[in-house]
Amino acid sequence: MGIEGIGARVARKEDKRFITGKGRYVDDMVVPGMKFAAFVRSPHAHAKINGIDTSAAEGMPGVIGILNGKQISEDGIGDLICGWMIHSKDGSPMNMGRWRPLAEDRVRYVGDAVAVVVADSKARARDAADAVVVDYEELPAVTGAVDALKDGAPQIHPEAENNLIFDWELGNGEETDEALKNAAHITEMKIVNNRLIPNAMETRAALGVYNAAEDHYTCWTTSQNPHVARLVMSAFYNVAPENKLRIIAPDVGGGFGSKIYIYPEEIVCLWASKRTGVPVKWVADRTEAFLADAHGRDHVTTVKLATDADHKVTGLKVDTVANLGAYMSLFSSATPTYLYASLLSGQYAFPAVHANVRTAYTNTAPVDAYRGAGRPEATYVVERIMETAARELGLSPAEFRRKNFVREFPHQTPVIMNYDTGDFDASLDAALKEADYEGFPARKAEAEKRGMKRGIGMSCYIEACGIAPSKAVGSLGAGVGLWESAEVRVNAVGTIEVLTGSHSHGQGHETTFAQLVSGRIGVPIDSISIVHGDTDKVQMGMGTYGSRSGAVGMSAIAKALDKVEAKAKKIAAHQLEADENDIVIEDGTLKVAGTDRSLAWNEVTLAAYTGHNLPDGMEPGLKEGAFYDPQNFTFPAGCYICEVEVDPETGRTEIIQFVAADDFGTIINPTIVEGQVHGGIAQGIGQAMLEGCLYDAESGQLVTASYQDYCMPRADDLPSFKVSTTETPCTSNPLGIKGCGEAGAIGSPPAFMNALTDAVGHNDLTMPATPQSVWAAINGTTPDAFA
Amino acid sequence: MYSTTYHRVSSVDEAVKLLGDCDEAALLSGGQTLLPTMKARLAAPSDLIDLGRIDALKGISVDGRSVKIGAGTTHAEIHASKEIAAVCPGLHEMTGVLGDPAVRHMGTLGGSLANNDPAADYPAAILALDATIHTSKREIEAGQFLVGLFETALEDDEIITAVSFEAPERSGYEKFRNPASRYAMCGVFVAKSAETVRVGVTGAGGDGAFRWEAAEEALAQRFEASALEGLSLDPSEMLGDLHGSPEYRANLVRVMAKRALAKA
Ligand SMILES: Cc1cc2nc3c(=O)[nH]c(=O)nc-3n(C[C@H](O)[C@H](O)[C@H](O)COP(=O)(O)OP(=O)(O)OC[C@H]3O[C@@H](n4cnc5c(N)ncnc54)[C@H](O)[C@@H]3O)c2cc1C
Repeated sequence: MGIEGIGARVARKEDKRFITGKGRYVDDMVVPGMKFAAFVRSPHAHAKINGIDTSAAEGMPGVIGILNGKQISEDGIGDLICGWMIHSKDGSPMNMGRWRPLAEDRVRYVGDAVAVVVADSKARARDAADAVVVDYEELPAVTGAVDALKDGAPQIHPEAENNLIFDWELGNGEETDEALKNAAHITEMKIVNNRLIPNAMETRAALGVYNAAEDHYTCWTTSQNPHVARLVMSAFYNVAPENKLRIIAPDVGGGFGSKIYIYPEEIVCLWASKRTGVPVKWVADRTEAFLADAHGRDHVTTVKLATDADHKVTGLKVDTVANLGAYMSLFSSATPTYLYASLLSGQYAFPAVHANVRTAYTNTAPVDAYRGAGRPEATYVVERIMETAARELGLSPAEFRRKNFVREFPHQTPVIMNYDTGDFDASLDAALKEADYEGFPARKAEAEKRGMKRGIGMSCYIEACGIAPSKAVGSLGAGVGLWESAEVRVNAVGTIEVLTGSHSHGQGHETTFAQLVSGRIGVPIDSISIVHGDTDKVQMGMGTYGSRSGAVGMSAIAKALDKVEAKAKKIAAHQLEADENDIVIEDGTLKVAGTDRSLAWNEVTLAAYTGHNLPDGMEPGLKEGAFYDPQNFTFPAGCYICEVEVDPETGRTEIIQFVAADDFGTIINPTIVEGQVHGGIAQGIGQAMLEGCLYDAESGQLVTASYQDYCMPRADDLPSFKVSTTETPCTSNPLGIKGCGEAGAIGSPPAFMNALTDAVGHNDLTMPATPQSVWAAINGTTPDAFA
Repeated sequence: MYSTTYHRVSSVDEAVKLLGDCDEAALLSGGQTLLPTMKARLAAPSDLIDLGRIDALKGISVDGRSVKIGAGTTHAEIHASKEIAAVCPGLHEMTGVLGDPAVRHMGTLGGSLANNDPAADYPAAILALDATIHTSKREIEAGQFLVGLFETALEDDEIITAVSFEAPERSGYEKFRNPASRYAMCGVFVAKSAETVRVGVTGAGGDGAFRWEAAEEALAQRFEASALEGLSLDPSEMLGDLHGSPEYRANLVRVMAKRALAKA
């Protein structure tokens, strides 16, 4: 494998650039003649637009143009789309309302874009945008999904009667009902998965440049998947055909899902650049990020778990209402359906599972995938009810889970997924040991002497990564295939460029992808460059989300490397007069196995380009590409244990320890994996303890629209995590990789809430469990603002 | 941010004069409150008068138990002062838990008092310390200075120059932070002098910082936590918001008072 190959703790190549402030983000891009956009946004949650008066704004200094929704329609720019078709259980297609890049006659959430001002400075654009007078006729608004589905709720889109987008189901309903009927015990819960605001460190941005001489567009944008953006913008939004549209996603400061989607702003910047004749840049301020980034989660669920007399689970029945906001974002329909209900079997051999999911339009920002996308919601349901059932049955939560674990693989669940491999006992054992689970009662007693309440809780999560086999997702309604592409270009001197469709925005691909190549060829990672994020350089790609870059993106690179190695071996065999099957590549040399005859890697690569001495009929050069379409999802799994101490006088919760034992299959770089787990757990604890997105139910105003009220996790909210891994390599991809990008955010909320409810002594708590709500839960007094 | 005209002044008199001359001027001290407000376009002063270079507004003097702190002194400077730590540990403690390091190194005593944010820390301290606010015009007792939420007795052309007080025998501060903003959801400053005990409370009161007189009386009898048992505050007089209901805040006042006492 080499010292810089797979498994090595290599320091991240990209960090020098980031740490020294030399990253290049969209806002760093400057092009000649560039001007600035500011959006006029709706201050109302729901209103009719009776008119837009731009007369005052037009005369203001520096204003170049003010554009509105009528004009964008006149120019034939298409509706924003949702790329995954879901059918209701009655067979009807989902009820999708129209989403215009600039609202024409109605606004549907606070922050909905109505017009755009282009001016010669950011401040002047903002000043003029504030001077645009929109004549709104306010309409009643609804912000909660459950309320939106009630009779008489304000109607948001004419296409979706009663705001219902679809009523969908998955699993074996009859068997589940039967299990509930025959159960020895039924555990029932109402579970709210709180709405979150992603808060990537870099806000969204776009720079649109139209070149009239070539009738060509370039867009620098904060995207996790620039090729998908180009495809959608050209095939659906009619911005330009793909050959005339170049999308560049340079350094991107975090996405967590929120930068997968194609939003109105980047379309408007491109279009406005043509309309006004100048390059147009827009960078969201933090308030715009709060208002108009796609939010995450927001489910209300009732769940029933049936167990038999032997404490085996016989059925799980789930009924969920999910809030999709005012418009259907790109993957919004997949997140609460196939990415959610398909994980409801957890790590367990549940014979029957049934989920019913209804989704609703509301007067809130669009909701879409956010780190974990459906799997955190599923894990939260399964792991909260497993813990609760164990408590009700008087069983050890660990042993109750163990009793129901899947132990034979492959395992077909009742909800689509086929788990290829795993060892759930191994991660549970590792976590129990690391957490000194057995010693907990003594620690609890000691805390009690100090007047503190201690609790311990666990979560045994499983999730699905490496999304996904194209044929399978196509049959489930996806509008795209979910393969990945790669190209390996070897230079004459032996250095290597890898072009990949997997965008890197914090994950460390420039290091891990280079490690794969380094390990295979035996050249240092410093001589390997990873190229991504530019549709003019990389031919095609499906992008980075769902922890797919390792399992799918790297598998594509491995496939291209196979071809490169095969050709290099042929050249070496020819020159060394050996059989190509006897050539091995090791430590930067091509050797005839069992002999001392060899050629250096760069001798072979040079030969490929001089073409002086190649096998007859061989083309010169050394460059190969590959598309890799996965065979299955991958199934990272693990066990998280959280121990908390609650101060009953104030409700303040301190996390005493947090143990994560994960199985990610093959690990490329342990340091990067630990970083991903740390960040994921911080986000999960953020959801469970701190972060709550709240809209005012009457006015539809976003109450938590700044960091004064929306509480992000800080270092001092968190303990030092104890992370470790066990390894069962994935069987469905060549590298054995499962993926680690989201596990932390998936596994940690239920572990925290199970610990907290253990400390408090009852289940009457919702996320985020803020000090006031914990205090209220202990004292049974005040209402909780977030509940 | 809207455009504004920036002025740098070197004396209080110069600042006062400019205040009178300009249309809608604002004084700029550490900028930790004013600048974010301007960036969010919630304030649009025509002129900014930067007090940051006025030497007369800076510094700490401790003479026996008499303390005087210039309005332009930063929270970090107060926290770092060994003399303050020696004569008034409560104030030392308080300036160490106010905001974050960046805020403490930029934000000032005068700026904080002039702003009188109901969740700021200093209001509790000046009430408990029975402090005097010195301005370009006069001297104002703490109780008179704090008028209401974001409201003080300052007149439009008046500048805070310093704060003075007699250091108490014992003092302590305890704060429960708002999880999001880290301002005080409740902060209690306890100060004991020869004859009296004063308890200043911030972050919790419906009308801003207040003195908890029932606690003061009880503690004057017996300066220990048990004296607070059985005391309670009326939730209807407390602040309520997303992060803390009036009932919750009423509870926090008692708990923080007990803990401030333990530190005093
Ligand atoms: C992230 C963050 C966290 C914070 N956390 C806390 C906290 O936990 N507790 C807390 O108490 N505060 C907190 N603050 C506020 C901080 O203490 C500010 O420094 C303080 O409120 C204002 O002081 P300043 O010197 O920055 O004043 P500026 O922002 O410059 O001015 C504030 C106001 O006071 C006026 N002013 C300034 N100086 C004078 C003067 N000498 N005379 C008359 N008027 C004057 C200004 O015109 C303005 O209206 C926080 C601030 C931030 C940004």
